Amino acid sequence: MSNKVFKTAADALQGLTFDGMVVMAGGFGLCGIPENLIAALRDSGAQNITAISNNAGVDGFGLGLLLETRQIKKMVSSYVGENKEFERQFLAGELDLEFNPQGTLAERIRAGGAGIPGFYTKTGVGTVIAEGKPTREFDGEEYIMETGLKADVALVKAWRGDTQGNLQFKKTARNFNPMMATAGKVTVVEVDELVEVGSFDPNYIHTPGIYVQRIIEAKCEKRIEQLTVREKEEVQ
Amino acid sequence: MPWTRDDMAKRAAQELKDGFYVNLGIGIPTLVANHIPDGVDVTLQSENGMLGMGPFPYADEVDPDLINAGKQTITELRRSSYFNSAESFAMIRGGHIDISILGAMQISEGGDIANWMIPGKMVKGMGGAMDLVAGVKRCVAVMDHTNRAGASKFLPQCTLPLTGRNCIDMVITDLGVFSRPEGEAKFRVTELAPGVEMDEVKAKTEADLDWG
Repeated sequence: MSNKVFKTAADALQGLTFDGMVVMAGGFGLCGIPENLIAALRDSGAQNITAISNNAGVDGFGLGLLLETRQIKKMVSSYVGENKEFERQFLAGELDLEFNPQGTLAERIRAGGAGIPGFYTKTGVGTVIAEGKPTREFDGEEYIMETGLKADVALVKAWRGDTQGNLQFKKTARNFNPMMATAGKVTVVEVDELVEVGSFDPNYIHTPGIYVQRIIEAKCEKRIEQLTVREKEEVQ
Repeated sequence: MPWTRDDMAKRAAQELKDGFYVNLGIGIPTLVANHIPDGVDVTLQSENGMLGMGPFPYADEVDPDLINAGKQTITELRRSSYFNSAESFAMIRGGHIDISILGAMQISEGGDIANWMIPGKMVKGMGGAMDLVAGVKRCVAVMDHTNRAGASKFLPQCTLPLTGRNCIDMVITDLGVFSRPEGEAKFRVTELAPGVEMDEVKAKTEADLDWG
C-alpha cells in the first residue's frame, strides 16, 4: 500500500514546488484555508506562482504571506477586497489578476477535475467577463464559454482525513476544497485530525481518497475575519 | 420623509413569500433578515456553502469554520445543510433560488445592474454577484436613489462596468419602489416613500420610466 501520510507541511511539498507553478488553494476568506501548506509553499521559495483561490488572504495571513514575498505573479480569484498589499501591487502593475465570477471559478475547477475542457454559462453575459470568449445561443438565450482549470498542485484543507486520503469537511470550511482536490495533478491535504483507515462510515465521506496523494495532520490558527456576536440578553 | 436604510430593508422583506429560498447581498440587503414578515418562513442561502443561515453566535459559540458570505461568524439552524462552492452555485445558476436581494451602484432603465467595480478606484471583485443576477429567478436591487453628489443612480445606461444585463425586476430606493412585470417592459413607480412627491422622483431620475 502506498503511503500518503507525511509528517510536516514542508515534507508534504518536497519535490512538488517549482518556479512558474500553478497552485490552487482552498478556502473562502480565511475559512477553510490550508494555512500550514501555504506557509510551507512560501518557505519553498518557489517564484512566479499562478495562484487560483477565491480570495487572496489578508495582509500577513493566508495567501497574503506569498504576496508579501512577491512569490505570486498572477491571481485567479473572485474577490480580493480584504488585502491592501494585493491592491497596491495590482494598481502598481506588479501583479496580474484574472477576476472570475465565483460560480464560474467553482465550476471551472470542477470541470478541470472532471476532464471537462469547457462549458457554457449565462453568468457574465454582456459584461467585461464575456470579452473575447466564444458565445453560443441555447433556446434563444446567449451563453459564454468558460474553460476548465487544473493546477500543478492543489492545496486543500479538510476537517478529518484517513490514511488513505478519504476526507470530511467541516461546515462552511468546505467551500472550494472538494473541487480543488480533484483538479490538482498532485493534491496535498492538511487536516485537523488524521485517523486510521476504516474510521469513517463510507456513507459520509465527502472526498474519496483517489483524489488525494499526500496528507498531513497540522494545527491551524483559524483566524476569524469578521467576528460578529450577539448579546446573551437579546431574546431571539 | 424618504426611507431610511432600515425602511428600505423592511420594504424589500415584503417581497419574500412563504417557502422561499433567498440570497441576501451585503449591506442593506443583509438587514432584510431582521424584517421577515410574521408567518413567512424562508430559508437563507449563503453562497460560500450553506442553506439555513442562523443568527450571529453568542460569544461562547463562535466557530471559525462557520461564516457567511460576508465572512461574519454565524450559526446553524435545525434545517441547515452544507455543501461545496460548485453545488452552491448550481443552486444559484440552475434557477433554484427564488429571490436575490442585492445592493447596486447603478441601475439602467433596461434592468442592467452595476455593483462590482469602479475603474481605477476600487479593485475588489464581483464575488458571486454576476452568478446571482444571471441565475436567480427574481432579482431585487436596493440602493439610494442618488449618489453623494446628488446625481441619479437610476440611469438610461450604466456608466460603470456591468454585473449583469436586463436582470433586475424591482428597484427599491429611498424614494420608492420601481417594478416591471415582464423582462422587457419599462419600470414604473409602484410606490412612493411617505411624503415623497412624484415630481421629486422625476427630478432625481435620469432613466426613462413609465410614469403612468
